[in-house]
This record gives sequence, structure tokens and C-alpha cells, in this order.
Amino acid sequence: MATVELRFSALPEHVRTARLVAAAVARRAGVDEAVLDEVRLAVGEACSRAVGLHQSVGITAPVKVALIEDEKLFSIEVGDEAPHAVPAERVAGGASADADVEAEEDEMGLAVISGLVDDVEVTTSENGGLIRMSWPTVQPPTVVI
Amino acid sequence: MDLSLSTRTVGDRTVVEVGGEIDVYTAPKLREQLVELVNDGNFHLVVDMEGVDFLDSTGLGVLVGGLKRVRAHEGSLRLVCNQEHILKIFRITGLTKVFPIHTSVEEAVAATD
Repeated sequence: MATVELRFSALPEHVRTARLVAAAVARRAGVDEAVLDEVRLAVGEACSRAVGLHQSVGITAPVKVALIEDEKLFSIEVGDEAPHAVPAERVAGGASADADVEAEEDEMGLAVISGLVDDVEVTTSENGGLIRMSWPTVQPPTVVI
Repeated sequence: MDLSLSTRTVGDRTVVEVGGEIDVYTAPKLREQLVELVNDGNFHLVVDMEGVDFLDSTGLGVLVGGLKRVRAHEGSLRLVCNQEHILKIFRITGLTKVFPIHTSVEEAVAATD
């Protein structure tokens, strides 16, 4: 199971909490101090996107964040429950101007994530989406007593 | 930390000093401030981001929106930022080509290009 799991109501004010928790767990897991800013930003982007998706379709379910510590890898999974329309449906539906703006903001968040994180995987289905991001961990220095 | 905003006038420029975190929660406050300034006839803005600890894509969207608004009045929106972790976000999104980014408020206020 995940080292730490977080569920929060899909409200913008909770995204900061998710960023802080993710950065704290990443630091403990041994993620390089130099990339903690990137972890914070990437998880914030993923959570902001999930909050936006839940709010835009009126989903009351929480956004889920899983912080997973493996031997040499630290991963963060951010899951939403918004039904993701396949591109063909979006075109057939004739997207409104508002939907276009939302889609643009959504793209911007994803652009930042893919610019920041080398190891990122985005999966979507009718039941929701999941962004999985991973960073290598460094071995903690040996303590000399 | 929340977002702090203060404005002052330097010649024909309006300097907006931003502090704290600009994210999905606080960005609407910055948007309101920029919209209000433009509606009041301030079309040459300098956004001082030296006190900003965190900026995400929502914040970038607000700055781009501000730029669009001032450009509609032949104005300008310049940024002041020296922090590497903030500049990085502008670089990876290609926005360093969109915003003039200065190292000091004095430099931004004096710039005319």
C-alpha cells in the first residue's frame, strides 16, 4: 500500500495542503532536496487539475493522492473521478467557449507536469483519470556513531 | 502562506508587489487586482514577483490574462523576478518569450522597448 494516502474535498484551498504533505513525504523518502520544488509544483498541478475536473462536472467525491515509497523510487498518484470524454465525443458535442478555456487550462497544467517530471504517466477512462509521477530516491547517508 | 498584494505608482507605471503563493486558490485575487487596475486606466504594469514563494499554471494563466488586457489598451506588463525556481516555470512553458522579465523594479520601470 501507499506510504501515505490523502483524500480531500475538491476545493482549491486544499491543494496547498496536498503540496505540503507530498513534499514532506518525498523528503523523508530520500528524494533529492534539489527536486523537492519540482515535486511540490507537479503535485500541485495534478491536484489543481483534478479539483477543476471534479468541480466542472459537479462531482462530490474527494480527490485522491497516494504517496508511494519504493526501494529506489518515490511515486505520487493523483486520481480524479471525472468521466473523461474521448476526443471524438468532444468534437461531436461541439465544445462551448467555456469548455475550450477549461481545456486550455487543463493542457497548461499537464504541460507544466510533463516539462518538470521525466517519469510521468497519464491514464484516463470513463470512470476517471490518474496521473502517476515518479522520482528517483537517493540512499540516505550512513550514520557514523 | 496566503497571497499579499500591494500597488504603488512610479511615474506612468503601476507596480504590483506580490508576495506568498500564487496557486489555484489565490490566483483569483491576483486576477481581480489586475482587472481592477486596467479598468481604472492603469495600462503599464510591473508585477514584482520577488516575494513570491510559489507559482503554478493557474498563476501563469492570470498573468497571461493581464497581459492580454493591457495590450488591448496598448499597454505593457513587465515582470520582476530573480528566483530560479520561479523562472523555471516560465521557461518550460515558453512564456519567457511572452513576458519581459527584469531583475529589478527600477530596471522594469525604466524599460521602454
